[in-house]
Amino acid sequence: MKKIFVYTTLILTAFSCRKDNYEAPSATLSGHITYQGVPVNVSSKDVTFELWEPGWGKNGAINVAINEDGSYSALLFNGNYKLIIPPSQGPFRSITDPETKSDTMLLTINGSREMDIEVMPYYMIRDAKMERNGTTAVNSSCRLEKIITDANARNVETVFLYLNQTRFVDATNYIARSSLAGSDITDPANVHLSVNIPDVISGNGTTGDQDYVFARIGVKISGVEDLLFSEVQQINLK
Amino acid sequence: MKKYLLTIAAALVMISGCVKDDEFLSTDPKDLLTDEAVWKSPDLVLSVLADLYNRYPEQQTITNWTEFTNFDEAFPSESGQYWRTKQVDYPYDWWNLWDYGYIRDLNLFVQKCSAAKELAEDVRARFVAEARLLRAAIYFEEVKRMGGVPLILEPMEYDFSGDPAYLQHARAKESEIYDFVISEMDSIKTILPDDAGIKSRATKWLALAMQSRAALYAASIAKYGVNTPSVSLPGGEVGIAADKAIPYYQKALDAAQQIISSGKYSLYKKKAEDLEENFAALFYDKANNPEVIFAQDFKLKSGKTQEWTILNQPWSSAEEQQGGRINPSLNLALLYEKLDNTYSPFITNNGSDYMYYNDPKDIFAGRDARLGGTIILPGTKFKGVPLDIWAGVMYWKDGKYNTITGDNFGDLDSIPVAGTPKSSQVVGTDGPIDGLQFSAQTGFFVRKFLDPTVGSGQIGTRSDVWWVRYRYAEVLLNAAEAALELGQPGLSSTYVNQLRERAGFTTPLPEAAISFDRIVHERRVELAFEGHEMFDNKRWRLAHKVWNGETISANDVVSNIGKADKINTMIYGLWGYKIFNPGNANHGKWVYRVVKPSNVTAAHRFNFGNYYSRIGSDILSNNPKLVKNPNN
Repeated sequence: MKKIFVYTTLILTAFSCRKDNYEAPSATLSGHITYQGVPVNVSSKDVTFELWEPGWGKNGAINVAINEDGSYSALLFNGNYKLIIPPSQGPFRSITDPETKSDTMLLTINGSREMDIEVMPYYMIRDAKMERNGTTAVNSSCRLEKIITDANARNVETVFLYLNQTRFVDATNYIARSSLAGSDITDPANVHLSVNIPDVISGNGTTGDQDYVFARIGVKISGVEDLLFSEVQQINLK
Repeated sequence: MKKYLLTIAAALVMISGCVKDDEFLSTDPKDLLTDEAVWKSPDLVLSVLADLYNRYPEQQTITNWTEFTNFDEAFPSESGQYWRTKQVDYPYDWWNLWDYGYIRDLNLFVQKCSAAKELAEDVRARFVAEARLLRAAIYFEEVKRMGGVPLILEPMEYDFSGDPAYLQHARAKESEIYDFVISEMDSIKTILPDDAGIKSRATKWLALAMQSRAALYAASIAKYGVNTPSVSLPGGEVGIAADKAIPYYQKALDAAQQIISSGKYSLYKKKAEDLEENFAALFYDKANNPEVIFAQDFKLKSGKTQEWTILNQPWSSAEEQQGGRINPSLNLALLYEKLDNTYSPFITNNGSDYMYYNDPKDIFAGRDARLGGTIILPGTKFKGVPLDIWAGVMYWKDGKYNTITGDNFGDLDSIPVAGTPKSSQVVGTDGPIDGLQFSAQTGFFVRKFLDPTVGSGQIGTRSDVWWVRYRYAEVLLNAAEAALELGQPGLSSTYVNQLRERAGFTTPLPEAAISFDRIVHERRVELAFEGHEMFDNKRWRLAHKVWNGETISANDVVSNIGKADKINTMIYGLWGYKIFNPGNANHGKWVYRVVKPSNVTAAHRFNFGNYYSRIGSDILSNNPKLVKNPNN
């Protein structure tokens, strides 16, 4: 009798659970933020764009953060989305979409999709070169190409050269930096900076046995919050 | 017999137990008060109003200590709170406020109290005026944090028609909310009592003080908003036109001058023999305090007490196994000037050697009395117990100083020099010990609002020191700022100098010394730990410069003192060490080092999107007429 009761309970327990109603999202949307196919580098996870999926009860954006190399990826459900880059985000302006005639882009997700998002950056950092100078400094050179030249054009406020021990190199993650005011740039096609490598390269107090650092050029554009960056470059110290 | 008794008893129960059906369903409740009952009795209306006072909106207050440690005034010395000095960005929804529940209750109060004809005319008028003041206060708080919000002045009712569109209101302009606050104060100030002895309820003087503050906020947003053009919305929900600055400044000055010329308030100077104690007493002395205009009051043994003293008492005099949470920063401490009106960092070095002090307090000597009144310094006393704040012993060995310290309050250890006792104290009873909660990890404790009464540090007793929301010194500073912006630096200096004289300065500042930087400075040192810093930096549009995410070094901290836009992203401390060098003239003296607590790892960054907090997406989707705040 008791056995029957135990077995019945077990069977009931086993059948009382059902699978969740929803499958986990499985479609990946990924790509880069680009200008004419060239990725626009930004600071890590500071710049975001929004995905909206209309048709549900309440509206809420899915924020997608952009990586330092301009790439992004999001795991989504299949469906119709609207993509918008908020005007305050990034060192660029969004391009008017030919379909919606606004800053909103319509997007259908059905399975994974690779998509580059074209934007209009204020500037592009071209031919960025960073190399070790002797044992104590890193020198850089680059060309600043002004992309937006109409009424929305902005000036360069400051150009920075950052060093950090990790691949995350930006305005809040650096162990050394040097700067050059925009007004001191005589030739935008030829911007040179140099930064000293700190004696102790570790930011966490342990003296460094790491024999490389990462360097990156950042451009602060006046009135624009997010900085524009070059690609991260590893500098071997030995 | 038994049988009869039972029958009779049963019959009685039947008869008395039943009431008529309609009465059964309309019995007056015994556990809550009905609307009609409340609006007849002044006592009951007062208790409704007390609840509304209790919901007065606040960000940094003595009952919410952690909020004081988000910026650069203080370090949080509690193990669960170190994330505050480790995170770079402030979430955009951090200070958001959308309290239409409170606004609705205030609107209901105004509506129902205005209609309560059974209350005496003057009683009713005062109640309504108080509720209108509280309503203006919540709108003021909303506009400070969110910009213009829908201005709802009537309780709204849903008609169950299925279409709530008529309840959806668009945001008012930022200036319209400020105008509302200013005009409400104008119309209720004549109704409210003009008794300066009332501190915990609204008075005419509170109305004027709030008006002065609100007008000043609006004026500075109008003037300094041009520095952050992207922090604005085309509809004016955020941002105020620059040409409105002058009238707002004038309004702020007029309101402040009405309070000043009334002579009803004065600066607290009861303890003139000890100016540091005087400045501390200004906040805990509740008897005939001539400076406090409006405070949140507490009372012992009433259930309404606060635990600021328990949370922040120094370990050396602690009445519980806790305290010391708020550690004021060196960044704040070195703002306090020397008494000759000059800025100076604390002198730690003399050329290439340390500067040796005979007494731990000597490094702080000859400063603005507000330093010791706001911050508990090494070498002083609290509750009669001497503070024991020092980070370790520096002993001379092998031709250089070596440091020994402990990892618990007042640890003992042996100094590795021949001939020293086996065991001696190597760190102060109050710390600083890096990473040990409740120790003075910056080398300082907070003094403002700390209760010197015995028992105030006990969980069973707690404290009844009040939280001062408006005081006369702020009115003077409002007047000084408005006067300067209106091109009257001479007038401005007379107000600033009153505060400085109370702080022990003997030479008044000349007219030429009054500048924007000076006003910013005076507000920071006078009003530290009173909840002003963030909102001041927001309205001056300085926040994104002061907290710009850039790492600062010890050298950056001690330079450019008194500059309004000085970068202040990381908290530093000042640690004292005892010199152990028997036979040397410096043996037993004290030296200081500027240090960064190891839990300060990130530099704060205030983004444009932080100027006006994010409106939640649920609120936005409930009301399509709302526009989002800029940059978030």
